Amino acid sequence: MAESQQLWLIPALPLLGFLINSTVGRKMSKQFVSFIAIASVVASFLWVAKTLNALGALEQPHVEHYFTWIASGTFSVGFDFSIDRLTSIMLLVVTGIGSLIHIYATGYMAHEGGYYRFFAYLNLFMFFMLILVLAANFLLLFVGWEGVGLCSYLLIGFYFLEKFAGDAGKKAFIVNRVGDFGFSLAMFLVFINFGSLDFGTVFGKAATLQPEHSAGMITAICLLLLVGAAGKSAQIPLYVWLPDAMAGPTPVSALIHAATMVTAGVYMVCRSSSLFNNAPIAMETVAIVGTATAFFAATMGLAQNDIKKVFAYSTVSQLGYMFLGAGVGAYSAGIFHVVTHAFFKALLFLGAGSVIMACHHEQDMRWYGGLRKKIPVTFGTLCCAWVAIAGIPPFSGYHSKDAILLAAYEHARPLFWIGALTAAMTAFYVSRAMFLTFFGEYRGPNPHADHGHGGHDDHAHGDDHAAHGHADHAHKDHGHGHGHQEIKESPAVMTIPLVILALLSLGGGFFNIPDWLEPVLGSSHAEHDPTAVAVLYATFILGIGLAYVMYVLSPGLPDKLASTFKGLHTLIYNKYFVDEVYDVTIIHPITEGSRYFLWKGVDAGLIDGAVNGAGSVSRWIGGGLRQLQGGNIRSYATWVVAGAVFVVVAMSVWGGVR
Amino acid sequence: MPANLWPSSTDLLRFGPEILLTLIGTLFMVLEPLLDGKRIFRTLSILTLLGAAGVTLAAHDAPGLSFSNMVIVDGFATFFRLLVLGVAILTVFLSGDYLEKEGHETGEFYALVLFSVVGQCIMACANELIMVFVGIEISSIASYILTGYLRDDKRNNEAAIKYFLLGSFATAFLLYGVAWIYGLTGSTNLTDIRTVLSSPNFTNSASLVGMSAALMFVGFAFKVSAAPFQSWAPDVYQGAPSPVSAFMSAGPKAAAFAVFIRVFLTAYGPISDTWTPLVAMAALATMTIGNFAALRQTNIKRLLAYSSIAHAGYVLVAIAAHSTVGTQAVMFYLASYVFMNVGAFAVVTYFARKGEQYVSIDDLSGLAVRQPAMAAMLTIFMLSLIGVPLTAGFFGKFYIFKAALDANLVWLTILGLLNSAVAAYYYLRILVVMYMREPGEATNNMDEAPFALRVTVWASALATLVLGVMPGLLLDVAGRWVLAIAR
Repeated sequence: MAESQQLWLIPALPLLGFLINSTVGRKMSKQFVSFIAIASVVASFLWVAKTLNALGALEQPHVEHYFTWIASGTFSVGFDFSIDRLTSIMLLVVTGIGSLIHIYATGYMAHEGGYYRFFAYLNLFMFFMLILVLAANFLLLFVGWEGVGLCSYLLIGFYFLEKFAGDAGKKAFIVNRVGDFGFSLAMFLVFINFGSLDFGTVFGKAATLQPEHSAGMITAICLLLLVGAAGKSAQIPLYVWLPDAMAGPTPVSALIHAATMVTAGVYMVCRSSSLFNNAPIAMETVAIVGTATAFFAATMGLAQNDIKKVFAYSTVSQLGYMFLGAGVGAYSAGIFHVVTHAFFKALLFLGAGSVIMACHHEQDMRWYGGLRKKIPVTFGTLCCAWVAIAGIPPFSGYHSKDAILLAAYEHARPLFWIGALTAAMTAFYVSRAMFLTFFGEYRGPNPHADHGHGGHDDHAHGDDHAAHGHADHAHKDHGHGHGHQEIKESPAVMTIPLVILALLSLGGGFFNIPDWLEPVLGSSHAEHDPTAVAVLYATFILGIGLAYVMYVLSPGLPDKLASTFKGLHTLIYNKYFVDEVYDVTIIHPITEGSRYFLWKGVDAGLIDGAVNGAGSVSRWIGGGLRQLQGGNIRSYATWVVAGAVFVVVAMSVWGGVR
Repeated sequence: MPANLWPSSTDLLRFGPEILLTLIGTLFMVLEPLLDGKRIFRTLSILTLLGAAGVTLAAHDAPGLSFSNMVIVDGFATFFRLLVLGVAILTVFLSGDYLEKEGHETGEFYALVLFSVVGQCIMACANELIMVFVGIEISSIASYILTGYLRDDKRNNEAAIKYFLLGSFATAFLLYGVAWIYGLTGSTNLTDIRTVLSSPNFTNSASLVGMSAALMFVGFAFKVSAAPFQSWAPDVYQGAPSPVSAFMSAGPKAAAFAVFIRVFLTAYGPISDTWTPLVAMAALATMTIGNFAALRQTNIKRLLAYSSIAHAGYVLVAIAAHSTVGTQAVMFYLASYVFMNVGAFAVVTYFARKGEQYVSIDDLSGLAVRQPAMAAMLTIFMLSLIGVPLTAGFFGKFYIFKAALDANLVWLTILGLLNSAVAAYYYLRILVVMYMREPGEATNNMDEAPFALRVTVWASALATLVLGVMPGLLLDVAGRWVLAIAR
């Protein structure tokens, strides 16, 4: 075994940052807090770089065992970290993008309350995410998995004084519980089946498995893993939390809800690829779930007006692509898309954050327009993300998305066509957002006129409260009203990360990630079928062109279309009423059932009665025992003698009987 | 008989911790009248205890028997030596400010702590019944004096007298048992007794052997406060100075369990069928009496005393399992128990203030508002004592009941778990008072906790959490150093 690389340092550094900022951060200056937060993550990134440099080609996974974490009988789990080629990619993405977003956040959050709390949570998130990625067994991965869920909850609810933020946090947490339950069941089955939770052992056994043997069991495990992954990575039917998660500060949306945490599900599925390879039914399910999610989320993205919501649905949709890739066996293409998506989606969110800041916390795109001259750096960098996500060659999104879709073309033709249609929609909604934001005339409030939010008539819809409430909150915090607002570019601390991400979005497709991953995840090279390639070229041209016509050439067209296809528009605008359906079918029965049956019936009647009864009996016994304890030495000594006599007699008899 | 009366250097090393502690403890008595400031003794004690821990580890690298097989250095001995030294360190950190406030800080106190630890270390490494007796007596006599340390305090005096009279009484039983087994086997050496008892030529009455085991059981059960010999513990813990209660509920108890296990597993191993049912019954009685009596307590020190009785019951469950896993569970449990219990007593010490004014549970009202950090720490200790996951107490209980299940003690496991549920009531009551009541007279006007006390509290809380999240750290060690059971 190679010498130790002190892998534990990688998560330990952000943990240290968390400990410092959470304990003394409140009393320290913002400079100090930002320094600790950034330094801890950058140091972690540097340690990753140093480690990977030392480990070189990583032909074999590098495993470090620290100690036995939990042991009981045959069950034993080590506190082990491992690095293989897959981990190396994830480590670089998490710490690299994480560093950039930490830097950006110091600018974005500069005027917010709870500064130290924000960065403490962010560092804690990094710690758990790195545990998740480095874990060498399912249980440790689960620790990271739950930890990032916790941090996600805390950060979504960061503006906890606003009800919508608290609600969004709770929603994310509860929906994720459903997924985590599936994941735990999968772990139990893995342990029963393989007698271990260690990746090396489990996957080693799985690789040599005969398909006939326990195929049903493996399928069950994989489907349960998929439930877990669907929760964390916002796949149908558990995607509903992610759009609401945008209630958190924008850097959080970029880091947790776009670039890193939500890809944990994809990572987990790819990590377990040797299990999935033995479960064709589960693979198909993954591919279908992914495609359906990609498609429906993209349609929902078409009609959103909140800029962050557009990108949120886009994230759900892109995650669907990654699952599609994994489902058709192109795991490395899926991870490739994780990486490029991390670049351009982080950039989209951070750019959106820059726009939102420039427009004084307005998130509704209908009040933007013509911003390209006012915030040129943001515009320029967002254009890079635009071409990347739209899938224009040779930029990053093209390479990874096409790798997935070409693999789909080979293995599952219908899924390819749905995927291609989705790609066209992707190009459309991103172009729409760009055109609405940066082109045309500025539609926002007149800087010199008295402005109130009452003017936004169509804000009435419930869903927009999130954006709106956030804006109100920010106003209170900042104390600068609309009266003297001016639209200006964000500070360098925010634009420099944007520029770096822009370069990565443009050139990220040239990292040959599929080849690097081939030894771990198998090949995902697909034939460049001319038809398929032509279709993919058509998609982005169609999408961008249509958006150009609708939002630049004849801006009245969208409203006309919306009124012509009123039914369809309402359906999409309201996101297929999925939240409402969940509310009626699941949430309402649970709350009502809890109130009338569980609370008033079972809890108040049965359990309280039993507990109170047991309580009185116990206390009565306790009172009796207290009488024996009179404080008198002679009576104590009598007890000792009595006890001794009993013990001696008992033992002599037992001894004699034997 | 040894031809060379001067012990070899290996012998000295194996007995090194005890020698070091005795010498420095005696030195304290000599220095006492010469030094004006008493604070220096705190530092010296800590250094001495750390030194003893270092010697313990050094001795561990040279395992084996010494002094004519009277002392044994093995992993089990090292584990308990380190444990009692750790308890003593926490106690010293805890005591300084308390004694200063009471106007009674002397070198004598620290010397007594060191002497008590000498006794406990001897108990941990004794391989001989006379050594066992000597160790118990050294430890106990120092504890008697520590209990009555504040001699102007009536409560201290009463507790000390009770402890002394009952303790001597119980030790007499132990000594009687030693005499019997010597008469039956012709030896006081644990391994020799084992050899004789398991030899087919042994013809003496099994009843008489059982009786000797029973008499020794009385002595040990008294020391670990097992039923029906537990009655001294509540009165003594309540009456003694709080830091001393913390010390007694942890150090001497752990050492007593160590010697209990060593004697019964080694010497009486061959007749384990006769004593395991007895231990199981004692375990049940101890858990039940401890937990149910604690329900009605209003004084927090007394409540912790009953809680410590109940916990002794859990440990006995694992001993009744009579297996390697069981012994490992005992080691893990005692180590985690030491931290949560000393930590809880430390918070009580802080809260009671001069003259131990505030020791009623109701006095804790609203502590969470006034001293959120201290309340949070006490919460951690209480949750751990209940056995809530993510605390050391959870894994402690888990391993104990797992060992009991493996040994087919299903009835004991079920009753034990029910007992833990009862226990949750009185621990949670403290949390309710702290968090859900308005601050009262006692919680207003509290000073900041002194630094040294905070060290004890934070270190204990940290250990409790670390062991709760990563039990493998300690379990690994316990597994390597466990007392092997030859059947």
